[in-house]
Amino acid sequence: MRSVSGRVGIWLLLAAVLVLLPHALSFSQQEILVFLTINILLVASYRLLTLTGEWSLGHAVIMGVGAYASALYTKEFGIFVPVSMVLGACTAALVAMILSYPLFRMKGFYFLIGSFAAGEIIRLFWNRFREPFGGPKGIKRIDPMPDFDILVWQFDFFEPVSYYYFSAVVVGASLWLMWRIERSPVGLTFHAVHWQDKLAEATGVNVRAYRTLAFVVASGFAGLSGALLAHYIGAVNPNIFDLELMVFVLTWTIIGGTATIYGPVIGCIALTIVNEIVLREFGLEQMRPFVYGLLMIVSVLFLPKGLESLVQKGLARIASSGLDRDMGRERETPGS
Amino acid sequence: MVELLAQTGLNAIYAAAYMSLIAVGLVLVFGVLGVINFAHGELFMIGAYVVVAIYADFQMPYVLAAAAALVFVGAVGILMERTMFGPLRDNPLGGLVASIGFLLILQALVSVQFGVRMEHVPPVTQDVIVISEKVRLPVQRLAVIIASIVFLSLLWIFLRKSKFGWALRASAQDREAASLQGISITRISIIAMFIGGALAGIAGALTAPLISVNPHMGHSVIVAAFIVIIVGGVGSLEGAVVASIAYAFVHTIITTFWDGVIADIVGLALMLAVLIIKPTGLFGTADRA
Repeated sequence: MRSVSGRVGIWLLLAAVLVLLPHALSFSQQEILVFLTINILLVASYRLLTLTGEWSLGHAVIMGVGAYASALYTKEFGIFVPVSMVLGACTAALVAMILSYPLFRMKGFYFLIGSFAAGEIIRLFWNRFREPFGGPKGIKRIDPMPDFDILVWQFDFFEPVSYYYFSAVVVGASLWLMWRIERSPVGLTFHAVHWQDKLAEATGVNVRAYRTLAFVVASGFAGLSGALLAHYIGAVNPNIFDLELMVFVLTWTIIGGTATIYGPVIGCIALTIVNEIVLREFGLEQMRPFVYGLLMIVSVLFLPKGLESLVQKGLARIASSGLDRDMGRERETPGS
Repeated sequence: MVELLAQTGLNAIYAAAYMSLIAVGLVLVFGVLGVINFAHGELFMIGAYVVVAIYADFQMPYVLAAAAALVFVGAVGILMERTMFGPLRDNPLGGLVASIGFLLILQALVSVQFGVRMEHVPPVTQDVIVISEKVRLPVQRLAVIIASIVFLSLLWIFLRKSKFGWALRASAQDREAASLQGISITRISIIAMFIGGALAGIAGALTAPLISVNPHMGHSVIVAAFIVIIVGGVGSLEGAVVASIAYAFVHTIITTFWDGVIADIVGLALMLAVLIIKPTGLFGTADRA
């Protein structure tokens, strides 16, 4: 039932929906869509980090490193914006590389607290040093993405729709890359490091090197999401990348589930819908932390494998009902 | 210069006093339940808000408000154990995530009830002990120091002398062996969460008239508490007290002679250094990650 042409069809349909989606939304909803796209990259990169079994509390700050770096490169050196975004991502990866030396001497709970401390130190540096980070007020008037035309289409990046297309392409490419990485031997080794670290070590895998690699690559993508954010909203400050954002990333990941690459993405989309549609409609935005907190507890208690487990069950049911139809009646009542 | 040092020293002792109340509770909960309670700073915050409600808004006596904070926040601790940490006993990461969820809920409830702006708690007493021209100790701060010593001593006696205290320490050392001895882990966990919550609550109640009370005051407290318990050694109550004192002195001195942000950076860097060099902390022996 899952032919190649069927798959291509599904992807084309998804692409068409993604292209048409912003035109069905209001201006403010289009803006939310841009943030959602950027957050998807952030949360997917966080999942890549958790593949090796380590949960960091510094990921939001690493995103901020990418944002600050890209903003500073354009402002101080006048680097072309798309190039500086890539450089920002590289800077985030580099910072992660430096941090990994002390951090990966720890595991589990200690790594969690250590990454939290490292992130807070970076945030305090942004706060403390007016040159070049701008202190508590951060950096303002960051260069926007320059306009450009492709054939008949004009992209004015003050328009959320244009920026949505741009970031969707970047995020889509990044997700594809992450998916390829996970499917590669390197990605399989990440899984081995998580579930069988002693065995992996015994077979000659340098566990720490792979943990570092996952951390650095994930941080690079997080930095890219930060750069996307910085050039859209045009200003960054230390408070954007605080513990609250980190808590949101955690919530999205936990509620979505981490077994698949689409798990955290589902979590992010579901909670954004809850947040922007349900809460905003009923004027309960003030209760957002409350709802998030409640959802977090409820999902840890009652849905420990996340929303993705529901999707997997649904897919399995579709597949098995298809099989039943193919194979006739004898499968239907195995007990009797 | 001597006077400045003396004043800084007094400030540091005050900071150490309430810091150790918070850190000891956090360590106790981690030791017994094996879960890191991220909402511990918010328990501190709730304690302060109980004082805002009972003492500042309803004009009841301060001592009553402080006692209410102790009991109420202890009860919140029990609620957390029953609803989250109990069901998630074999899932430390789940417990941590749930406690972050609880933190958000507490912050939201307080913001809705009291507003996000700073609350003003009228001082209980304006008296100041004047030691010399520039060395002064407000009586309120002295009360915090004395109360902290009293509560920590009571806890120490409870842990060393009472049957529950023995059971509690036994389960902190080895949960399985303790339950084989007939100790009810559930009951011990409830007691530990009550004590942890009550200590955080009383710390909040005691400091409420001295600091700015707002729904996000828990954040800086929990960061400091993490530094203290890591440096002191996760699972070591004595270590938590000693590290509280050391951290309070370092932090206060750097704040006085340099600035507060640098002091925070130094504190976090110290914690990272301890994590790198001796992850079990300066006093820790138990290795429970």
